[in-house]
Amino acid sequence: MKAALDIASVLAISAGAFFFLAGTVALLRFPDTLSRLHALTKADNLGLGLVVVGLLPRAGGVSAGLKLLCIWLLALLAGATVSQLIARTVQTRDVRS
Amino acid sequence: MIAALNIGVAALVLALALFTIVARESFAACVGFLAYGLLLTLVWVQLQGLDVALIEGAVGGGLTGVLVIGAAVRLRSTQAAADAVRLGMPARMLAVLLSGGVAAAMAACVLALPDPAPTLAPQVSASMAATGVANPVTAVLLAFRAMDTLLEAIVLVLALIGVWSLAPDRVWGGRPALGYDVDPDGILAYVARILPPIGIVAGIYIFWAGADHPGGKFQGATILAAMWLLAMRAGLTDAPPVDRKWLRLALVAGPAAFFAIGLAGTVTAGAFLAYPDGYAKVLILAIEWALLPSLALTLFLLMAGAPQRMSAP
Repeated sequence: MKAALDIASVLAISAGAFFFLAGTVALLRFPDTLSRLHALTKADNLGLGLVVVGLLPRAGGVSAGLKLLCIWLLALLAGATVSQLIARTVQTRDVRS
Repeated sequence: MIAALNIGVAALVLALALFTIVARESFAACVGFLAYGLLLTLVWVQLQGLDVALIEGAVGGGLTGVLVIGAAVRLRSTQAAADAVRLGMPARMLAVLLSGGVAAAMAACVLALPDPAPTLAPQVSASMAATGVANPVTAVLLAFRAMDTLLEAIVLVLALIGVWSLAPDRVWGGRPALGYDVDPDGILAYVARILPPIGIVAGIYIFWAGADHPGGKFQGATILAAMWLLAMRAGLTDAPPVDRKWLRLALVAGPAAFFAIGLAGTVTAGAFLAYPDGYAKVLILAIEWALLPSLALTLFLLMAGAPQRMSAP
C-alpha cells in the first residue's frame, strides 16, 4: 500500500514537473503575449495541481493536506486574475496603437 | 540530491541578483527583484529560518516589491533621459571596483568566522522559560532585544512621515492616489471581494501563532495591509485622508503603548523595557496586540504612497 502511494506520488510530481517544463519552454518560445499567457496558465494550474496531488499522501495529516489544497486554489485564483489583467492591458494597448 | 538542489537554488539567486543589477529597463529590474525575494524565501526555509523566510516573503519580496514597482512606474517618463546618460569608462570601472571590493570584504568576513560561529542561542534557550513564549524568535524580539523592536516600530512611522512629506502643498491632507483605471465589474474587483476574508484570517493566524510558532506581528500586519491595498486598488474602498486625527492617533498608538510598557518597567522591574516576574507573557502579548493595528495601518499607508488628491467634498 505504501509502495503504491509512493509510486503514485512520484508519477504525479513528475507529471507536474513536466507541465512546468513545457510551460517554461512555451513561455520562452511562443511569439506573443496572449499565447504565452495561455501556456503559462497550463503550467500553473495543471503543474502545481499535479505536484500538490503527489504531495498529498506525504502531507502527514488531513489538516496539512487541506492546507496544500488551499495553496493550490489560491494559486489558481491568483493566476487566473493576473492573466486576465495582463490580457486586458495588452488588449487596450493594441486598440490604442 | 538535496545538495544539487541547494547549489541550483544558490546559482539561481546569484544569477537573478546579477540580472536585477544589469537590467536596462527599471521594470524588468523590479520583476527580477521580486523573483529574487521569492527565491531568497526558499533559501531561508532551507536554512531552517522559518521566521526569516516569512518576513522575507511578506516584507522583502511582497511589500518592497510593491514599493519598487510603484517607483518604477512613476519614473517611467524619465527612463529615456536616464538611458541617454552614459557614464565614462573610468567612472564605470570605479563603480565595479567599489562594489566588488565591498562584496569581497563581506565574503572574507563571513569566511573568517570561527567554526562553530559565536552564538547566544544556548543562553536564549536557557532563559526562554522566563518569558512564557515558546517561539525563540519572539522571545528575542520582544524580551531580550525589545529595544530593537521598539525602534523598528518607531522607524516605520518616521518612514511614513518621509513618504507623506513628498506630497505637494496643494494636496496636503488629501488621500493617496487610487493609481489604476478602476473597473467596478472587472476581475480585480472580484478578487478584491474574494481574497480579503481569506487574507484577514491568514494574517491574524500568522500573528496569533507567532507566540509559539514561526510568525508574528510584522508578517501578519503585512498581509492585512496587502488586503486593504488590494481592496483600494480595486476601487472598493479608499485610503483615509492623511490629516484625520484618528488616523494619526492609530499610527502612534502601537509604538506609544510599547514605550509606555517599557517605561513602566523602570518602576516595576528596575529597567527600561524589563518585565516584572510572572507578567512577561501578558505584557509581550499586550505589546503585540497594540502593535498589530498600528503596523498594518503604517505599512498600508507606506504602500499607498504620498497624498495626491484632495478628498471629495
